[in-house]
Amino acid sequence: MSLEHKHPLDVFIKIDRLPHRFCPGCGVATTLNIFLHAIKELVDEGKLDPKKLVVVSGIGCTGRVSGYLKFDGAHTPHGRPIPFAMGVKLANPELKVVVISGDGDIVGIGGNHLIHAARRNMDITVIMVNNFIYAMTGGQVAPTTPQKVYTTTTPYGNPEPPFNVVRLVASIGANYLARWAITHPFQLKNSIKKAILREGFSFIEVISTCTERFGRRVGIGDPVKLYNKLKAIAKIRKVSPFEAKYNWDEEITCGEFIDEEKPGFIQMYFNMVKKELGDRT
Amino acid sequence: MQNKPIAVVIEDRCKGCYLCVNVCPRKVLSQGSKLNRYGYRIVVVENPDKCVGCRLCEYICPDFAIYIAWK
Amino acid sequence: MEVRGDEYLAEIRFNNSNIACGEAAIVAGLKFFAGYPITPTSRLFEYLTEELPKHGGIAIQCEDEIASINAIIGASWAGAKSMTTTSGPGFSLMLESIGFAIMTETPIVIVYVMRTGPSTGYATGTGQGDVMQARWGSHGPYELVVYAPSSAQESFDLTIKAFNVSELLRIPVIVLTDAILAHTRERYIWRDRSELKIIDRKKPKVPPEKYKPFEPDPEDLVPPMAIYGEGYATFAESLVHDERGYYEPTSEVYRKLIWRLHEKVWLKKKYIVEADTYYVDDAEILIVSYGSLARVALAYIREMRRKGIKIGLFKPKSLWPLDDEKLRYATRKAKKVIVVEMNNGQLYREIDRLLKNKEVIFRPIFKVDLPTPDEFEEVVQECL
Repeated sequence: MSLEHKHPLDVFIKIDRLPHRFCPGCGVATTLNIFLHAIKELVDEGKLDPKKLVVVSGIGCTGRVSGYLKFDGAHTPHGRPIPFAMGVKLANPELKVVVISGDGDIVGIGGNHLIHAARRNMDITVIMVNNFIYAMTGGQVAPTTPQKVYTTTTPYGNPEPPFNVVRLVASIGANYLARWAITHPFQLKNSIKKAILREGFSFIEVISTCTERFGRRVGIGDPVKLYNKLKAIAKIRKVSPFEAKYNWDEEITCGEFIDEEKPGFIQMYFNMVKKELGDRT
Repeated sequence: MQNKPIAVVIEDRCKGCYLCVNVCPRKVLSQGSKLNRYGYRIVVVENPDKCVGCRLCEYICPDFAIYIAWK
Repeated sequence: MEVRGDEYLAEIRFNNSNIACGEAAIVAGLKFFAGYPITPTSRLFEYLTEELPKHGGIAIQCEDEIASINAIIGASWAGAKSMTTTSGPGFSLMLESIGFAIMTETPIVIVYVMRTGPSTGYATGTGQGDVMQARWGSHGPYELVVYAPSSAQESFDLTIKAFNVSELLRIPVIVLTDAILAHTRERYIWRDRSELKIIDRKKPKVPPEKYKPFEPDPEDLVPPMAIYGEGYATFAESLVHDERGYYEPTSEVYRKLIWRLHEKVWLKKKYIVEADTYYVDDAEILIVSYGSLARVALAYIREMRRKGIKIGLFKPKSLWPLDDEKLRYATRKAKKVIVVEMNNGQLYREIDRLLKNKEVIFRPIFKVDLPTPDEFEEVVQECL
């Protein structure tokens, strides 16, 4: 593998680790691609110092992304990228902290941390790549797996309805909430740029394709066919987050659902401390 | 100076998923018959003149294996 | 006249070990604290939420202990000296992330205030049943350091030392106190950092292009730690990794990493270990006791000495690793070694293992508050 920079995004990637471990047609890797395009544009526009970017990911297929990047980062235990990111941000508020992790990591084992980070309006950006399954461990059911799907731990079909994560986060509140699919690359890129620059809690759900562990279980093992199926159901509509649908057979509603600028946790904390202590800090 | 867009495939990185072939609106790309050193049947730029530089292939590629250069 | 204590460089203060630990942490340079309320640590937590902002730091309450430990690890990577405090049930939740701190070589300090266990136990009672959990609770082979103070003064001094050891070796260090110490107010001397030796983590000596996050300095096997935001692109990798921080699932890389994670601690054993001995020069019977129980043991031993019995006390202040050289010195003339603990024989196993040619007896005391010297005597008397 030649080590000269070829691709315009190679400056952000540890190219001596390529080819990466993602499967052919993996939506996680596509999301990473779009994310790096967003970062490149922010850097070129002078709005982001790449030295101040920290990318934190958890365990799972999506969790591997931070290891391939040339930014400060971490590969945390399962479900814990959000509290780790919170500690990083609070210890040095100048850093821009982005969590990129999977659906099982963020809303399964890490669900509690998601809820509280959103409630606190913590000044981090969370990009949740949703591939409907626990892919890294072989294809077990996830909190986001559609009902009735056969997975390795639901051999008689998934009896549970899945999370509609947009509704979950909307009910708690966030400064920025959006859902896109990897079939909307430009909208996703712009959304990521907006989310990173936004104070307070930003959450972007990215509907992704997993051909090996999910696609094959719903009968679509080919990357192109799975992509086209996703394209058919991922529809962009301007609705309230509680009307956003999440149905693999009908529609997964995408778009920007919340776009606000309430004061984030850091602002609130430091203003309150300053108010009490005055010049004594 | 931005003139003509050219799709460049980095052969060693391509894993032959053909997502780029699928999203290209101008049918610039296609499945080739060439195998790269890892055994993947990689993408070839069959009709380079039809490329308009929309960069959908560049954005969709999971492997950073294709990008648009400007001549 | 109202003065802030910090205006004096040293003064006598009157407080419990919780507050002593908090004050020591601030002197050592604590800048980030994240915790979850649990008896008997809450007073330390509350103290820091009020005091730490006055010293330029942040102290917050998280949604659970798991968030607390991960937040302090993140803060440490962002450059802040960080700490949390918890008790038995909370530490059980933190175990996985202790392994994370070990694997990523993150300096953190945990003030672990033992209470009556197992399970919810007796929240406001004391105990010593977490000695093994503090050391071995997490999965995988690893080394960390555990200190056990037995007074407010020792809590202050050992918390300073805990921060120093954690920064020097890039490991989590636990200060293991108990509910009795946490609520017993007594005098101790508070000192400003200008009177103490405060150690900070090593900074990288090479520019970012040449920097490898886990490349150790050959003399102490500890890699200099670059922090986030300075352009070093450093990476906290929880998977087995090589010196570049790249995931490498091979036996050679694993062996090299694990050996170094152990050896960096053992190289500094002489600096790390702490123990006190009382009346051991001619002791024929040696009591081994630690924490608040050691104070009861000492009262009992003084009484016995007045009666002419040649008995002494070995009080380890570092439980892991133990000062086995001092232990062996203390037991030179001893015919019997009696380990008294408020648990089912946790440090006893270590003492027994280390003293192969001595008779080591274990006497448990199961009590929810501190035993009196008479109760201590009842438990030990039949062995004499």
